[in-house]
Amino acid sequence: MANVQILPNVKHVFLVLSGKGGVGKSTVSTQLALTLQNCGFKVGLLDIDLCGPSIPRMLGLENSAVHQCAQGWVPVYTSPEQTLGVMSVGFLLENKDDPVVWRGPKKTAMIKQFLTDVYWQDLDYLIIDTPPGTSDEHISVLENLKTVKCDGAILVTTPQAVAVGDVRRELTFCKKTGLNVIGILENMCGYVCPHCSECTNIFSYGGGESLAEMGKVPFLGRIPIDPKLTKATENGENFITAFQDSVAAQAFITIVKKYMIPQEESMDVSEPIDV
Amino acid sequence: MENEIPEHCPGVQSEAAGKASTCDGCPNQKICASGEIIVEDPKIMVGIQERMLNVKHKILVLSGKGGVGKSTLTSMIARVFAQDLAKNVAVMDIDICGPSAPRIMGVEGETVHQSGSGWSPVYIGENLSVMSVGLLLASPDDAVIWRGPKKNGLIKQFLSEVDWGSLDYLLMDTPPGTSDEHLSIAQYMLPCQLTGAIIVTSPQEISLLDVRKEINFCRKVNIPIIGIVENMSWFVCPKCRKESEIFLATTGGARQMASEFNLPFLGQIPLDHRLTQACDEGIDFFEEYSDSATASAFIQLVKEIKAHIKE
Repeated sequence: MANVQILPNVKHVFLVLSGKGGVGKSTVSTQLALTLQNCGFKVGLLDIDLCGPSIPRMLGLENSAVHQCAQGWVPVYTSPEQTLGVMSVGFLLENKDDPVVWRGPKKTAMIKQFLTDVYWQDLDYLIIDTPPGTSDEHISVLENLKTVKCDGAILVTTPQAVAVGDVRRELTFCKKTGLNVIGILENMCGYVCPHCSECTNIFSYGGGESLAEMGKVPFLGRIPIDPKLTKATENGENFITAFQDSVAAQAFITIVKKYMIPQEESMDVSEPIDV
Repeated sequence: MENEIPEHCPGVQSEAAGKASTCDGCPNQKICASGEIIVEDPKIMVGIQERMLNVKHKILVLSGKGGVGKSTLTSMIARVFAQDLAKNVAVMDIDICGPSAPRIMGVEGETVHQSGSGWSPVYIGENLSVMSVGLLLASPDDAVIWRGPKKNGLIKQFLSEVDWGSLDYLLMDTPPGTSDEHLSIAQYMLPCQLTGAIIVTSPQEISLLDVRKEINFCRKVNIPIIGIVENMSWFVCPKCRKESEIFLATTGGARQMASEFNLPFLGQIPLDHRLTQACDEGIDFFEEYSDSATASAFIQLVKEIKAHIKE
């Protein structure tokens, strides 16, 4: 078999990782993708969480299916302009409640297919959303990306020690595998009571920032618990467009501008966002 | 007939099974690639069954979704069970890549000892012990970068070599998903009269989506389900004492899902920053906040569980 070139027309590849589950990897992946799309880029979002794919629901694409063309699988697009394309195992299931009961080798084969057989066309950015852990999916995606220039990984954590402990291990994984770490993002920091405006740190505070300091990687910022964001991801709405002035949206915009768009490119962005 | 085994066959237990170039055209390629073939040493199965003969209730804590509170609930349920000093309770953490049990149970930094009768778990009290891959690592930075077969090997060892002694309750904390760890624990525990699984979820649809998959997984591999618990159901502001819902149950939450699947609904647990803090520090929440609403919710939950497992 001839060597298939992986992601030939993709300019930037970012991974969203966390050792811990339920810290907001998929939320961060979708919001970064939407922010990049709003900046005028062509974006792809690949969901390699095979047992718990959340991306289709978060983008309101739950009942979409993937089609075949001569060049491979056609991703599902969020709009007719085709500026945000998505691929997820969720699109391949006949029934959304069907479990994907696969051991490692089968997951590895699927991830390889996702990286070689999807016809992304020309992309400015490909964001890869991952499951929690440091196992088959993670090893496989990095093995397959060996020949690709991967910009790096955005690590997501919640502030409490139980989550930070797992992300600390993920940081070791990145170092061992030579994956560049863009930085650590602290999600679910503080909740403002809708009745009295008192802010409670339900999941503690500052754990992500301390880990970034300890691991000598950039701290990308913090995102509060925002029921508007939870609701938007539940209902597949575009949070970045609807609540551009919120603290959470501003945090995503800052990450995109500061860490994802190379400086020379950011100057000729066709539709810059007013911050 | 030609050779039954193709030349250069990587072997059914190999990582490359079904995927090596020599597998192309082999009639067994598909089944090998699926990873379903696992040849077990019958001696190990006997070892597991012998250990499990001394364990009365074997309970799995499952969720398709990560970060919904599997480890928190496992440790809290274990602590409530262990309040009855006549009962022996243990927690086995089979989340190999993200072990949380040692920190939550306050034994981080302790190590497992070997003895003639096997690995000794770490004891939190007279009648409560824990085993986790976290107790085998030298440093909190150590990452366990393992593919499936190696994870399965460790789970097998946990089941066959840990000297739990005689137990009334063994709670098994799992990672999210429906993959290697879940298939393995089902495969080893089903022949040992597994009591059943407690399914944990948070209220929002994004979580229920994954949890429905987990329930269908249980049904597929015949794991009995004890019931469903909803965690993070509401939050009470410590200042104004008013409730708010953070993770909205846009599709009816766990209660609705339980009735759709015709499964027992075991109860709801609120979000409580004091609980998060207790888990981070590994202290006993029930000792510190015995009269909190959260503590009563857990005690009520354990009552429900006991009623469903026919004490």
